[in-house]
Amino acid sequence: MSQRIIIDPITRIEGHAKITLQLNAAGKVEDAHFHVTQVRGFEKFCEGRPFTEMPSLMARICGICPVSHLIASSKACDALLAVQIPSTAVKLRRIMNLAQIMQSHALSFFYLSVPDLLLGMDANPAQRNIFGVLAQHPEMARDGIRLRSIGQQMIELLGGKRIHPAWVVPGGVSEPLAAETRDQMLVMLPEAREITLRALAWLKGALGRYREEIASFANFPSLFLALVNERNELEHYDGFWRLISSNGRCVADHLDPHQYQNYIEEKTENWTYLKSPFYKPLGEKEGMYRVGPLARLLVSERCGTPAADREREEFLSTYGEAWTSSFFYHYARLIEILYAGERMEQLLREPDILSPRVRSHAEPNQLEGIGVAEAPRGSLIHHYTIDEHGLIQSANLIIATGHNNLAMNRGVLQVAQHFIKDEHISDGMLNRLEAVIRAFDPCLSCSTHALGEMPLHVQVLDVAGEVVDERIR
Amino acid sequence: MNTPLTKKVSVATVWLDGCSGCHMSLLDMDERLVELAASIAIVYGPLVDTKVFPQEVDLTLVEGSVSSEEDLTKIKLIRQHTRVLVAMGDCAVTGNVPSLRNPIGPEKLLKHIYLPHAPEEIVPRLLPRVLPVHQVVKVDAFLPGCPPSADVLYYAITELLAGRVPDLQDKTRFGK
Ligand code: SF4
Repeated sequence: MSQRIIIDPITRIEGHAKITLQLNAAGKVEDAHFHVTQVRGFEKFCEGRPFTEMPSLMARICGICPVSHLIASSKACDALLAVQIPSTAVKLRRIMNLAQIMQSHALSFFYLSVPDLLLGMDANPAQRNIFGVLAQHPEMARDGIRLRSIGQQMIELLGGKRIHPAWVVPGGVSEPLAAETRDQMLVMLPEAREITLRALAWLKGALGRYREEIASFANFPSLFLALVNERNELEHYDGFWRLISSNGRCVADHLDPHQYQNYIEEKTENWTYLKSPFYKPLGEKEGMYRVGPLARLLVSERCGTPAADREREEFLSTYGEAWTSSFFYHYARLIEILYAGERMEQLLREPDILSPRVRSHAEPNQLEGIGVAEAPRGSLIHHYTIDEHGLIQSANLIIATGHNNLAMNRGVLQVAQHFIKDEHISDGMLNRLEAVIRAFDPCLSCSTHALGEMPLHVQVLDVAGEVVDERIR
Repeated sequence: MNTPLTKKVSVATVWLDGCSGCHMSLLDMDERLVELAASIAIVYGPLVDTKVFPQEVDLTLVEGSVSSEEDLTKIKLIRQHTRVLVAMGDCAVTGNVPSLRNPIGPEKLLKHIYLPHAPEEIVPRLLPRVLPVHQVVKVDAFLPGCPPSADVLYYAITELLAGRVPDLQDKTRFGK
């Protein structure tokens, strides 16, 4: 008899979700679905509200990466004002974005995934959490708590509040940086760096135990998409999109993210509420892409800061050929934290960082504005239109987690088919299904800004990668 | 762990329709988490792997408002198995941002965003109105703030652990 297994809720992820597996009579996994179970509706209820409310309102999409929404939303509002914001304001926004990447990656790595990586995928589920880590390896838990805290404190020092600061505003930021605050921030960075290097050294040593997971955690070819700067280095605030294939070949370069509608198509069909984005010029099948820390590391040619570049080199020379595995998102996340610390230090030492000119004032001059930034989980797009009174007429949001949707679904299926051989399914096997999702670090508060539970379209592939079954529900 | 879980005060955290910011604010207690871990055990919530709400929980912190039929079933069940239930943050206390959809209604909302027809089969049906937690079940303490700061949460939790209802008058406010 065929059997259905439901993992509900998926735990240690940032949101509400379930996985369902369909087994056939022989106990083989036939089908796997990743469901997200929340409905919000930001695109609709913001209509008619003044555009100046958008940064603070849209930040409430997500308490993990509110700064990314503040920034993408404020950039869209800058475009409505049609102003160039002061260069110091750009640098300050960049610092806050990097601080958020630090805290958000620390959350993903230490709080959500270290329990699997350190205690083991098959560890007792009652202890497989940050408190279990605290009991058995207190130094690792304390490192994680401290690193996340440093990122959050940097945000608080800039914006007055750790979560939902109101400091990033249309036209720039609301307050300049004081010298003492800058010094307080600079003092914290060396510790963040030490913790990150410690975690990297530990992870490199531990990877040998995870060969099977590396081989099966969404390990397949796809495109990778991220912003880069004009030197093809890591970029989280401006720049242009670059798209590479899994063998590192550049597929498209210098794409203007404001033209996103030319490059990204979001598939909506009547069997799913999830808009599955793909790279439009290549079509749905060839156009599946991944975003986020691993994509950024692969798409850029270098990070642009010395320690992060050394780590990037070592990663690529050790694992270059296997980089299509999403297991490496963990590794990439740590390298990116290192980069964030180095880059924040550079920015904090810029001569004009204390300039009092941090905001441009204007009435709206354009009726349409688009803002793009790299959130911790990938490219984030806010797109608004307003009427002549500045009231929102329409809003479209493309959220980082959404970009990875096609790859996450295939990843769940790949893990299911690799680890589940018959109907004897252990907790450890089920935990691996959740762990592949954790590797992507989806932010479901973000991606469900508008979603219902998403019935999915799952294709079952045979070993040769051919579609042997296709399910729509 | 060295001490059996049952000796500690059992605490659950629940995430209904919110942005996770209140949970992040809990984590912002930073090193105080280590201190709390000595006297409480987190038995259910997004950070731990328990799939079913335990039979008896001493303290449950609820983030978010009640927006879907699933939220409704969940919160009623949680109330039955919880001694002290706390509405954590403005979404739980008043409906806050999620309730901005109330004047629109679920059908129009879903239609606008997705398709000409609303989902019916697998989607947890949206309630006609987003509700604050206390309109559905009895709430023992309210912690306003968007989110309440880590200091406020720490103060409230330690007061509750000491058996007192926290007095938050000058410590937090809506939207703060
Ligand atoms: S109260 Fe604020 S921080 Fe808490 S869940 Fe609601 S929107 Fe997020």
